[in-house]
Amino acid sequence: MALTLKDLINKQIPLNGGHRMCGGCPVPVIVKQVLMSTDHPKIIGNATGCLEVATTIYPYTAWNHPWIHNAFENVAATVSGIEAAHNALSRIGEVPEHNKDAKFIAFAGDGGTYDIGLQSLSGALERGHNMLYVCYDNEGYMNTGIQRSSATPIGANTTTTPIGSESYGKTQSRKDLLSIVAAHHIPYAASTSPHNWMDAMKKSKKAIETQGPTFLLYFAPCIPGWKIPSDVWKKLSETAVKTCFWPLIEFEDGKWSLTGESKLIAEGKMPKIPVEEFLKSQGRFKHLFTDKNKHVIEIIQKDVDKSWNYYKGLAGY
Amino acid sequence: MTETKKGWKDLPIGGNILEAGNSQHYFTGTWRTYKPITDLDKCINCLQCWMFCPDNSIVIKDGKMDGQDYDHCKGCGVCAAICPVKAIDMIKEEK
Amino acid sequence: MGKYIALTGAESAAFAMKQINPDVVAAYPITPQTPVAMKFSEYVANGEVNTEYVTVESEHSAMSATVGAAAAGARAMTATASNGLALMWEIVYIASSMRLPILMAVVNRALSGPINIHGDHSDAMGARDSGWIQIFNENNQEVYDSFIMALRIAEHPDVLTPAMVCQDGFITSHSVENVMPLTNEQVQKFIGKKKFKGLITADKPFTMGPLDLQDYYFEHKKQQHEAMKKVFAVVEEVQNEYAKEFGRKYSVIEEYRTEDADTIIMGLNSVMGNVKTVVDSAREKGIKIGAVKPRFFRPFPVDYLRDLLPKFKAVVVLDRSDSFGAMPPLYSETLAALYGIENAPMIKGYIHGLGGRDTNLAMIETVVDNLQKLKDTGEGNLTFEYLGVRE
Ligand SMILES: Cc1ncc(C[n+]2csc(CCOP(=O)(O)OP(=O)(O)O)c2C)c(N)n1
Ligand code: SF4
Ligand code: SF4
Repeated sequence: MALTLKDLINKQIPLNGGHRMCGGCPVPVIVKQVLMSTDHPKIIGNATGCLEVATTIYPYTAWNHPWIHNAFENVAATVSGIEAAHNALSRIGEVPEHNKDAKFIAFAGDGGTYDIGLQSLSGALERGHNMLYVCYDNEGYMNTGIQRSSATPIGANTTTTPIGSESYGKTQSRKDLLSIVAAHHIPYAASTSPHNWMDAMKKSKKAIETQGPTFLLYFAPCIPGWKIPSDVWKKLSETAVKTCFWPLIEFEDGKWSLTGESKLIAEGKMPKIPVEEFLKSQGRFKHLFTDKNKHVIEIIQKDVDKSWNYYKGLAGY
Repeated sequence: MTETKKGWKDLPIGGNILEAGNSQHYFTGTWRTYKPITDLDKCINCLQCWMFCPDNSIVIKDGKMDGQDYDHCKGCGVCAAICPVKAIDMIKEEK
Repeated sequence: MGKYIALTGAESAAFAMKQINPDVVAAYPITPQTPVAMKFSEYVANGEVNTEYVTVESEHSAMSATVGAAAAGARAMTATASNGLALMWEIVYIASSMRLPILMAVVNRALSGPINIHGDHSDAMGARDSGWIQIFNENNQEVYDSFIMALRIAEHPDVLTPAMVCQDGFITSHSVENVMPLTNEQVQKFIGKKKFKGLITADKPFTMGPLDLQDYYFEHKKQQHEAMKKVFAVVEEVQNEYAKEFGRKYSVIEEYRTEDADTIIMGLNSVMGNVKTVVDSAREKGIKIGAVKPRFFRPFPVDYLRDLLPKFKAVVVLDRSDSFGAMPPLYSETLAALYGIENAPMIKGYIHGLGGRDTNLAMIETVVDNLQKLKDTGEGNLTFEYLGVRE
């Protein structure tokens, strides 16, 4: 199947309108990109968080797929159980042939993945279930009102790292989840961003069609959480990638590579722009643009460069 | 949107929702303060708006962009912001 | 019928699981449940079952995976004890709210802290409001039989509610007894084919576990409440069929030498073995005493107790858990069940055996003495105390 918009528009959409995500939230777009990337049969699990809460407010559901939510920290374990059932039932002839190679897809926010759900994720990756785990990373616990997570960047103003006379926001750097995931030696993991839908959908397709545990780390700007207007996230995502704040990375069969704009930057075909460009339009970083706090921007730039150089190195540049 | 709410005897057990995608019946169009208006003559049918609309509110007719579904469109302005030929305008919603 | 085989309580649970041949088991080791998981893993390793065994990384994931499996249409089971049950707590409630007929072997062990590995009922009692059926068992045979019957009860279309099959840590789980299992064919015929459908399958869209707010949550809770009310009718049916087919007769409340008794001792699980021994010796001394053993704590057999207990003048209730700052669970619920009955017996409670402390014959003998005093003078009526604790 070719990934063209002309083909895609004729397909069943995974998430109907009428859901209650914030106006302009990119997360439904992420779901669309992942699930429309291939016709492969799919079963969805969803951790507690914005996506789960806002798409299934009883008696309404936006989902056109088999979908289950269990709790916050256990989507990987829940999906493990579904996969185990599927395997057992396949063996005794209770699963139709055309569904036998179904992929089990977990969606969770960064809170449900980097923090409270890390154990469940690690367990499922290690056990090797035929699961794609998609973390939509909006860099905080948004559903409970914008608290910090271990994915929140240093300097961000959140409701548990509020700025004040003694505080410039979060004081710790982000956790490097992609490397943690890759350390499980799974066949496929990647980071992507919804603005580059081709990159995202190619990776999604690969992640779904590859047998075994696979992982996608998806950039997901949040309108109230990042204090941005509802119509800028596409541009902002692009800037995140062009500043190398959010590189597009692929980890396949043990080999690292860069894709999309990140590849062009690594090859010197596109300029790498200062992280300030990414920070300046977001309310959560507004306080950094003062004399008192501007040193934090330098810290962020150093952080970004360090991580970028690390992954560039892994990718052989 | 008046719904009669079922009692415990008539609801499916376990909190399950049997009808797929029935959020269609819930109208988020009332959230809008701005409304996207499309100049279909300007539109080049690149379908970018279809890809990036979070609310599945770009109407497709015969393979072509045909304006917005105002029952569900929340007026976020993404379609207008990304349209490469500026075929979509956001105008203040009249209530 | 098979022939007697020597099994521990833990192995009795595992053996019943093997004969049921569930589609999915997800369990995590914890003393004294570990032998259930180990034994079952052996069955898997030797191809004696068709089960997918998910070697989860915690009990929280064990219950989560079991929920996923049951939602996908599997006969799904797990086993745990104590802190393991505590860790899965959150999902225990979710399993019942989703109306999934999961079975769980619970090997009762004291909850930390301080950490302790021995038997008491603080784990199961903590989960008494989780919406699960709770079956308590005195010995290995009972564990085995309950497991087979529990599957029928949990999967009954009127019920569709998960069930815990409890036994005392070490005292039961690690003691070898002769158990008479059914044959595999008998088990398979008795449990029959699954009647519940897989809801989360690739065949069709379905939404399970949505956000359920003020306008519907209440109705879904009422459905759980009503399902529990139907459990005993199903239990009676299943027990009768079991007795008819296999000659072993169980009841919601087991009575021991109660025919002409004016006093009785009531309690759950293994302590009732010792109670029966003491009843026998007291009978020899001419004391008209019996024993009453509820096999179910959830649903709580209120109507049964209201029928039965007024036959006696005085009742002692043994609880193997405390409810700090309140009356212990079996005692308080028995009191509540008897409220307003004209000829209700006098009643006294004891908290015993916490952290696996042996409730020996001598202790139960003092209980018998105090029970006679209660009957004759009313001394201790409506009080409860620790049994055999050092001052
Ligand atoms: C065990 C548990 N702890 C806390 C919560 C409350 N809670 C619900 S969603 C959430 C944050 C979710 O954050 P994230 O995973 O990043 O998803 P997002 O809301 O950003 O989509 C929290 C803390 C919960 N539901 N369960
Ligand atoms: S809070 Fe953020 S992540 Fe959640 S729905 Fe709104 S925009 Fe999306
Ligand atoms: S304004 Fe937003 S919700 Fe409405 S059609 Fe455009 S992108 Fe979709």
